[in-house]
Amino acid sequence: MKKTVCCCLWGLAGPLIFADRAYAMHISEGILPFNWAIFWYLLMIPVIAYGLKRLRERSALDLSFKPLLGFMAAVVFVISLLPVPVPTAGTCSHPVGTGISGIILGPTISSLVATVALLLQALLLAHGGLSTLGANVFAMGVIGSFTGYLTFRVMRAFGAGLALSGFLAGLLADWATYFTTALQLALGIRGDAPFLPLFTKILAAFIPTQLPLGILEGAMAAGMLMLLSKKRPDLLFKFKILKLREVER
Amino acid sequence: MKGIKNDRLRQGGNEGRWFFAVLMIIAALFLSAPIVTAEKWGGVDELVVERIAADHGREASGPLIDTDQGDLLLFMFLIAGAVAGFAGGYYWRVLTTAGIMPTRKENG
Repeated sequence: MKKTVCCCLWGLAGPLIFADRAYAMHISEGILPFNWAIFWYLLMIPVIAYGLKRLRERSALDLSFKPLLGFMAAVVFVISLLPVPVPTAGTCSHPVGTGISGIILGPTISSLVATVALLLQALLLAHGGLSTLGANVFAMGVIGSFTGYLTFRVMRAFGAGLALSGFLAGLLADWATYFTTALQLALGIRGDAPFLPLFTKILAAFIPTQLPLGILEGAMAAGMLMLLSKKRPDLLFKFKILKLREVER
Repeated sequence: MKGIKNDRLRQGGNEGRWFFAVLMIIAALFLSAPIVTAEKWGGVDELVVERIAADHGREASGPLIDTDQGDLLLFMFLIAGAVAGFAGGYYWRVLTTAGIMPTRKENG
């Protein structure tokens, strides 16, 4: 089983090996004006700082947190680089992965994980940019993680099952990320043009690709939660993802 | 709780095998397409973001470290895929194999 899992992880990372271009939704270097780039940095920095504090606290309390963090960091890095073709749209884009990491690690630590992934991608893989890192982290890290986390918590509070809650969390985290990216772009590039028509235009252009990708992301999040609930129910119980009666079942 | 965990670990996880089999099929279907149709399938960044930005006078500039030269980007993706695949597999093994997880040393 362990060999199978390792092979699968290598298999998932394989497309990165064979990819010949980075097809992404991250906002590229230079697209946002300086003032907007700074604005998004200012919004994301407090969340990342709090994420660092939470990371120290949680890793001091629980030794299993660091391996889980390492695993989720690898998952977010790979998932947010995977170019997934959407035949209905004829384009490629990628899931974000921060919905599932927001549920498992908590939203602020998940934002921190997304920051590291996006920084490496901007520096080494020509994927996103340093000036737009704040905007990309805010959209994918902060909004994606918080949307995933809050959706999951609300669904669980209403008594929804693990798979359904995970699916909706992944789905909405993906869509919320692209909604935020459309907002950032419209605010940044509009100049004197009216905001709403441009925002609607960008959002409408994202929809054919992101609508099916969001569903894929939801399925991935639900699958990962179900797998972890089979393999490490104690961990999910400790992180208040599973209830005691679900662990004992 | 520990007993439950070990029982689950010992069960071998047929469900896990099925999950990974389905995941691999989906991944193969979705992910093989960009390899064979890389010239045909544009990214949303190029087709949406950069195009709309250019219409409004904002052109994307080159990255700080331009690895998008020839096959250099391919090599960088190779390294990124290898490191992320290794890290993911390693930590998954630490998480799911009984007895590997580091334990805290007791004082004294």
